[in-house]
Amino acid sequence: MDWAFLSETFRNLVSAIPLTLKLGALSMVLGSILATLLALMRLSGIRALDGVARLYIFVFRGTPLLVQIFLIYYGLGQFPAVRHSFLWPFLREPYWCAILALTLNTGAYVAEIIRGGLLAVPAGQIEAARACGMSPWLRFRRIVMPLAIRQALPAYGNEVIAIVKATSLTSIITLMEVTGVAARIIAETYRTVEVFVVAGAIYLAINFVLTRLIMLAEYRLTPHLRQPPQGRLVSAKGETR
Amino acid sequence: MNEPGFLDIISFGPGGWGAALLAAALMTVAVAVTGFTAGGIIGIFAAWAKISGGRALRVIADGYTTVLRGIPELLVIYLFYFGGSALVTAVGKYFGAEGFIGLPGFLAGSLAVGVTSGAFHTEVFRGAFRTVNKGELEAATACGMSPWLKFRRIIAPLTLRHALPGLGNVWQVVLKESALVSVTGVVELLRQAQIGAGSTGLPFDFFLIAGALYLAISTFSGFVLRLGERRLSRGVRRG
Amino acid sequence: MTAVNEAPVALSVEDLRKSFGNFEVLKGVSLAAREGEVISILGSSGSGKSTLLRCINLLEIPDSGTVTVAGETIRMERVRGVNRPVDRHQVERIRAELGMVFQSFNLWSHLTILENVIEAPVHVQKRPRKDTIAEAEALLEKVGIADKRNHYPAHLSGGQQQRAAIARALAMKPKVMLFDEPTSALDPELVGEVLRVMRSLADEGRTMLVVTHEMGFARDVSNRVIFLHQGRIEEDGAPREVFANSRSERFRQFISRETVG
Repeated sequence: MDWAFLSETFRNLVSAIPLTLKLGALSMVLGSILATLLALMRLSGIRALDGVARLYIFVFRGTPLLVQIFLIYYGLGQFPAVRHSFLWPFLREPYWCAILALTLNTGAYVAEIIRGGLLAVPAGQIEAARACGMSPWLRFRRIVMPLAIRQALPAYGNEVIAIVKATSLTSIITLMEVTGVAARIIAETYRTVEVFVVAGAIYLAINFVLTRLIMLAEYRLTPHLRQPPQGRLVSAKGETR
Repeated sequence: MNEPGFLDIISFGPGGWGAALLAAALMTVAVAVTGFTAGGIIGIFAAWAKISGGRALRVIADGYTTVLRGIPELLVIYLFYFGGSALVTAVGKYFGAEGFIGLPGFLAGSLAVGVTSGAFHTEVFRGAFRTVNKGELEAATACGMSPWLKFRRIIAPLTLRHALPGLGNVWQVVLKESALVSVTGVVELLRQAQIGAGSTGLPFDFFLIAGALYLAISTFSGFVLRLGERRLSRGVRRG
Repeated sequence: MTAVNEAPVALSVEDLRKSFGNFEVLKGVSLAAREGEVISILGSSGSGKSTLLRCINLLEIPDSGTVTVAGETIRMERVRGVNRPVDRHQVERIRAELGMVFQSFNLWSHLTILENVIEAPVHVQKRPRKDTIAEAEALLEKVGIADKRNHYPAHLSGGQQQRAAIARALAMKPKVMLFDEPTSALDPELVGEVLRVMRSLADEGRTMLVVTHEMGFARDVSNRVIFLHQGRIEEDGAPREVFANSRSERFRQFISRETVG
């Protein structure tokens, strides 16, 4: 057991974790904003908007992420118009291309998750909100959206894990996140299994932490699914326990 | 010399890439089918281990699904490709062969896809089995069916019917995952698009076509799967 | 009913005991059923009546005691303190000689009614398919759902499904039929059609053990009534005697509860 090699590999890979997390977090946030927009388009009742959103979701869920990454990183540079635009400083950087691709991709998946959550809100509770005179916006803000988030949380948690795994693909366009560094070490030393084990362990650790965080969020958001709080016991003499 | 136009690329003539792209698409399907099948076999065993295996088996199966659903598929492909090649080279050296022997990309890639998709297959089969009406299994025991007969005639068909939607999802994932196998050099669709892009200087066109082809395969598969679902669910009352 | 009293013993259990965890459900139950007897097993929930039936075909493994079907005793052994059958094949063979009808029918949902009926005879008993199909059609005719032979269970009413389940059990040519609360899951208006079929089976001279809450069936169709209370047999005799002159106070309470409303 070559501890020296393992610990050096570990240190190298750990230093790449921030990039992995940055890629994941930024695209998750931006992707969720995009996804909310798409979900609202789908539920707007306007056929044209619904169609555009559906087409978008269909394309981005039906093609491999790597193809999307290549299209943006290699493909966009094909056009002189892009190369001469103000966006070029961003679009020729692997980092921003990766963020863009991951955002567009996750937006499609999360849109369906949000839509699912919104549709799962019990109709009776929405009716009750209407019956006490809530305006549509108030209803959405106080009743629909909170309930939808709670319904969608488990699926959203799965998507968070998927994003972390997806960041590994950016290694193919030269980004040195965890998988990128791992690939470089393997290419240099040919010690595939050891590097794989360390890299795998790091990803599992990241996923473990993220899963716990999601579970915490679920717990905090669903007091209504747990046992009712125990009443305070008051004795005959007025003492409370 | 003029850059080839879009139509030139997709043509099937000598200057066109249509034939090469179509062949690569077939290779994509081949990798996906091989990986999916391998994953399915692994999934059946792991699901069985989780459902009716002893404690040791269950722990192993749980470990397998947890680990392989949590690490990037690309890492697993590197493991099988580079690690597999190292293994084959070592074995070759033992038998006197010289130099580096590479494990064929197709083999390494499909195995990797099989091993990663197996984890998802396991959960699909396990969930499907849970929804089977236990009373129907009991009736099979009560008329004296042996365990193997019971599995063959009752458990497998009923579980499979409930597993179909989940299996459809796993297939779509495997189809997209096959694009990652391009890192091993196998000339599937993405690799072929890369080759074409490099040769003609038209990456956007090629990756767009590749994307369209993936969509076509995915849509066609979805259609076939829904057909299969309908046929196998004849007796099930909806809702 | 002297003919029945002299008939050979089709099924007997001796001193069956069964516990679930700390709760002892069967506390030493013995009974013998002669060929042609129709035995109703009554008792409140938790009395152990379903467990008794399920121990007979080893869907539950008794902790001790023996089960003998048509003269053949199921061989059991103690391994690490736990009772279990010695020979899996013997158990399967005996199960194929016992036809069980479940409370929730348990028809196989991926097979048509006809396929359900021929499944065990063809695949367990290895009988020729063509002959089995002919026999199955006759059975479906007999229970009154011949027109549903190519339908799937989900398309049948509860009463029809239970009749199909009875045909499925009959198709195995069982020596003894076991009924586990066959009408308890049925809407009241469907109970009658199933009881009619069961009655015709009794009239044919089949050996039947029926766990039931249907007092009418127990009184009018069965020739023996057994009352189980907390894992022990408290009453065992002809319906007329048991219902009129029961020795057990608990049984009289039980009947009055069951026949109210």
